[in-house]
Amino acid sequence: MKIAIASGKGGTGKTTVSSSLLSVWESPVIAMDLDVEEPNLHLFVKPTFTGKRTANMEIPKVDDALCSKCGKCGELCQFKAISLMGEILMIFPEMCHGCGGCIAICPEGALTTEFRELGEVTWGQSGDVEFLMGRLRVGEAMSPPLMKVVKEKLKEMLDASSKDVIPKDVIIDAPPGVSCPAINAVMDSDIILLVTEPTPFGFYDMKLAHESFSPMGKPMGVIVNRAGLGNAEVYDYCAEKKLEIMAEIPYDRQIAETYAKGSVISESSDEMKQIFISLAKKIKQKTGSRKSQGGMP
Amino acid sequence: MDKIAVTCEEASLDAKVDPRFGRAAGFLIVDPDTMEFEYIDNGSTQGMAQGAGIQAAENIANSGAKILLTGNVGPKAFQGLDAAGIKIGQNLDSGTVRQAIEKFKAGDVDFASSHNKTGHWK
Repeated sequence: MKIAIASGKGGTGKTTVSSSLLSVWESPVIAMDLDVEEPNLHLFVKPTFTGKRTANMEIPKVDDALCSKCGKCGELCQFKAISLMGEILMIFPEMCHGCGGCIAICPEGALTTEFRELGEVTWGQSGDVEFLMGRLRVGEAMSPPLMKVVKEKLKEMLDASSKDVIPKDVIIDAPPGVSCPAINAVMDSDIILLVTEPTPFGFYDMKLAHESFSPMGKPMGVIVNRAGLGNAEVYDYCAEKKLEIMAEIPYDRQIAETYAKGSVISESSDEMKQIFISLAKKIKQKTGSRKSQGGMP
Repeated sequence: MDKIAVTCEEASLDAKVDPRFGRAAGFLIVDPDTMEFEYIDNGSTQGMAQGAGIQAAENIANSGAKILLTGNVGPKAFQGLDAAGIKIGQNLDSGTVRQAIEKFKAGDVDFASSHNKTGHWK
């Protein structure tokens, strides 16, 4: 089972929830930080890193001696990463999305591949938790291609343990927002948890996230962080849309202090621990019931 | 004399020069001797998520114009226009297309040696 922790708004507590949920999760679990622009789950999980790989994207390179200046590549490219400018074929490497279409369509075989570095994938271990994250290269604009490489490594990790008696679960720390990076982080999950705060800002962005993720048809639930401040809009919306509020984390100085030290809040008190044990149970119920109803593989 | 491309808000010599190059409404390709012109609509480029400057540079290169008069040009558009051998007059968006061409004919336009806007108008 894959559980995505998403939010819409940044700073609502995705990483706080991810790290706490990992701390109480009973079955074998992999923690995957897909917030590759600013990953910070590792600051709470504190893994010992055991491996890394550089993630690259294939981009075109032209052999001017072979190029007949037909311009077919430029006509195909939706991103203007390759363009016939008069008599010169120009390549703009940072514009390329790596689809390979130009290389495939070139009638002269004048295009070959070179690489643009996207970032780094690193992995390790923290107690019983396997850890995996991506970190985008500073200056790189596109995170989904790097996220794809992180997910390939996840597949390797899952394949390596495919004969285990209890299959590994995956807890995904997703990036904020509602565009390609956020969608990419939640699209393979079995359940999406939206972490929000009961303020006009938390509500506004949670609504956007709910609307954006709804077409995927996955079970969704809400976690209200900093419960006790703000207003009732989040609660009213959840009631109207029949979105289950699966946990409430109180607005509390002790929690803020624990978080500020880089500690995991479910480990700070028994009360906190119970909130996340209860959340873990509800996640299993919600996804389990879906399996029996919808016949998920 | 070489044909001149001018960014414009409408298909007229008396239209205002569109300050944007990549996302200009359109281009007038003008014969400076006769002042006859052809209009190239740039509407489909305006809506591109990325690469509008490159697409517009390609459009100008294909138009046969050797000179471009406009307001602002970004780095990739400049690179493309430069590669295609097109000379660029910038910061000409205070008047009409006709005025920009007259200014050029009077020898009052200096060709740019680099772009005058960074990507995304930073």
